[in-house]
Amino acid sequence: MIEMKDQKIDELKEYIAATQSNDNPESYLIAVLHKVQGLFGYLPREVMDVVAKAMNIPTAHIWGVATFYHYFNLKPVGKHIVSVCMGTACYVRGAGKVLEALKKNIGVEIGETSEDKLFTLQEARCLGACGIAPVIMIDDKIYGELTGKTATELIKKYRKAAKG
Amino acid sequence: MSELITIHINETEYKVEPDQTIMQAADKLGFHIPRLCYHPKLSIEGACRVCIVEVEGMKNYVASCAFPITDGMKLHTNTKGLRRARRDIIELLLDNHPMDCHTCERDGNCELQRLAASVGIRARHFEGEKKHYEKDISFSSIIRDPDKCILCGRCVRMCSEVQKVHNLTQAHRGFKTVVMPAYNMPMSESVCTACGQCINVCPTAAFLEKNYTQELFEKLNDDSIVKVVQFAPSVRAAIGEAFGLEPGVNMEGKLVAAFRKLGFDYVFDTQFSADLTIMEEASEFLERLQGKAAMPMITSCSSAWMKCLEQFYPDLIDNVSTCKSPMSMLGALIKTYFANKIKTDPKKILSVATMCCTAKKYEAARPELDVDGMPGVDIVVTTREIAWMIKSAGIDILNIEEETPDSPLGISSGAGAIFGTTGGVMEAAIRTAYELFTGQTLVDIEIEDLRGLEGIKEGKVLMDGNEIRVAVAHGLGNACDLLDIVRQEPDRYHFIEIMGCPGGCIGGGGQPYAAANSIPLDEDCLKKRAEALYDIDRKKTIRRSLDNPDIQQLYKKFLHSPLSKVSHKLLHTHYQAKTPVGIIPKK
Repeated sequence: MIEMKDQKIDELKEYIAATQSNDNPESYLIAVLHKVQGLFGYLPREVMDVVAKAMNIPTAHIWGVATFYHYFNLKPVGKHIVSVCMGTACYVRGAGKVLEALKKNIGVEIGETSEDKLFTLQEARCLGACGIAPVIMIDDKIYGELTGKTATELIKKYRKAAKG
Repeated sequence: MSELITIHINETEYKVEPDQTIMQAADKLGFHIPRLCYHPKLSIEGACRVCIVEVEGMKNYVASCAFPITDGMKLHTNTKGLRRARRDIIELLLDNHPMDCHTCERDGNCELQRLAASVGIRARHFEGEKKHYEKDISFSSIIRDPDKCILCGRCVRMCSEVQKVHNLTQAHRGFKTVVMPAYNMPMSESVCTACGQCINVCPTAAFLEKNYTQELFEKLNDDSIVKVVQFAPSVRAAIGEAFGLEPGVNMEGKLVAAFRKLGFDYVFDTQFSADLTIMEEASEFLERLQGKAAMPMITSCSSAWMKCLEQFYPDLIDNVSTCKSPMSMLGALIKTYFANKIKTDPKKILSVATMCCTAKKYEAARPELDVDGMPGVDIVVTTREIAWMIKSAGIDILNIEEETPDSPLGISSGAGAIFGTTGGVMEAAIRTAYELFTGQTLVDIEIEDLRGLEGIKEGKVLMDGNEIRVAVAHGLGNACDLLDIVRQEPDRYHFIEIMGCPGGCIGGGGQPYAAANSIPLDEDCLKKRAEALYDIDRKKTIRRSLDNPDIQQLYKKFLHSPLSKVSHKLLHTHYQAKTPVGIIPKK
């Protein structure tokens, strides 16, 4: 486990090193934070320390950026990220009910991760699929025309797949 | 000089310099536009929108702090619409601010309060959600209270731009924005150096020193202990401002009298131990010159600088003088030499220090500075705290007779007085080092190159044909710039003075808040405070630390000689690298 983490840190350091020869290297901070989230699923504090040192950016500044953007997770996330679109089209077509059903089934509030670490529930603004509203996104897959019931069934499928 | 351009303010025509903002031009013409997030020493934030003005031909009001003037521009600063908009903006700030002025520490000293009064807020029209966060009281020096914060960002800019400590950020966004250290760490675990400049520039009470006045009042009533107080040079140069006097009035004699009226049994002068610091530091410097330890030597009296050193410059720890600060030296003597002299158990002595500094609270709590397992200084109060105590106790400081500090730790030379201003420690050290090195008395003792508010100052002294190159930096940002030079050219200087605060201790984080018609850390104010100290020096017959008769007695009877075993035990210490490690971005 620790080895895997070291590997990820090495990969991150290489990624940062490649940005540092450019003009205004500090402007790559957001790209680097994306990389961190890609590698770790969230922004662990000790990894932000690594970024601070490697990019020569004070940790307070990194924290300011990391907390400003909703996209960045500051806590560990589950295996699957479930984003419920709360954009206007989805909202009027029942996204609220979908969200309530998912909260109940996964057993968490928005922004939280289920106890089995399988799902993190998030809210999203327009996912660009209004034609099939209401939609949710699980990881990078879009599911449309949902109801509370069909959304719950989707979750059950993922749960089964994880066990199998 | 570039050609003047024409602008109109409130229907009157003026010829002004180009390349300035509306606010700068208006200031010079006598129009004081209300403002909040603006500070002349900091970058333009344009966050508060209080300084809006009307520009003819523009659809919206513009922020005058950020908007440049152009030829032919027609401005209005006080129209009906502007007054209303400004009042609404400030009312909206107040809407998310606690309504507890009468119990707030900044009551009567609050910029937001003054601003609200100046725009005529006499009723409240908005009522919305109010934020609520825990106060951070973890740190021995500074308290952070986000509920009082109006997000002007002055503290963040002060901490990053002037001090280059980068401890604070505006985290999260919108209504949920909070000024905090990285990872929302408690201040005690952050890179905060305790300099207190966030307090100086905060318009409200979002940052405050940890207040020890109630505890001190209680102890002053305890007859079973001996109450001893010391006070720093810069306290006397600034405390008058807290009583409505102009900056730069020397309050030494009246302050000593006020201490006695408050109930202190003995009043000692930190200027005495400044002289002692010089004796030790100058001797240490001469040893280092002979190759006995790392060069250049860097001073160690500023406690914010010491914490900065441990976190940001651990590679330079060996270069820093092992001398404790004058406060801690005097504390050590009070609990040993003086306790013995009055035949009192040091545990029965309450050692109080009145300092211009918030970081001294942190310093006093450092275990590295203990004396036989006891702290040398038990309580540190700032200039602001002692001013409040004097008022609260009903002492009419402006009209009481002047008194002098007590023996044997009360007499000081002029060199001890100038410790409080940037360049002063170096000047004081040179006065004594010169004589120790050459055996001759330095005639020209006022070293002009080391005076004034320039960020980094350099000077040279010839000692028996040897050129000694010195440098002085004040404010941690300037210190960082100077130390970057030192890292690249280790042989450039022999001796370096660093003070953590702008202007040195006179601009300390514990000094009186800016007066109603002034701005925090106003340069004129700092210059006047410095001048008060130079004036004390000029008026003294003894101007070199080694000529101080009480210092001579102390060595004769107790310490034997500078850098002796006793000196090392009581007056010297070592610092160590600390986490979190500070990061200063490259330019």
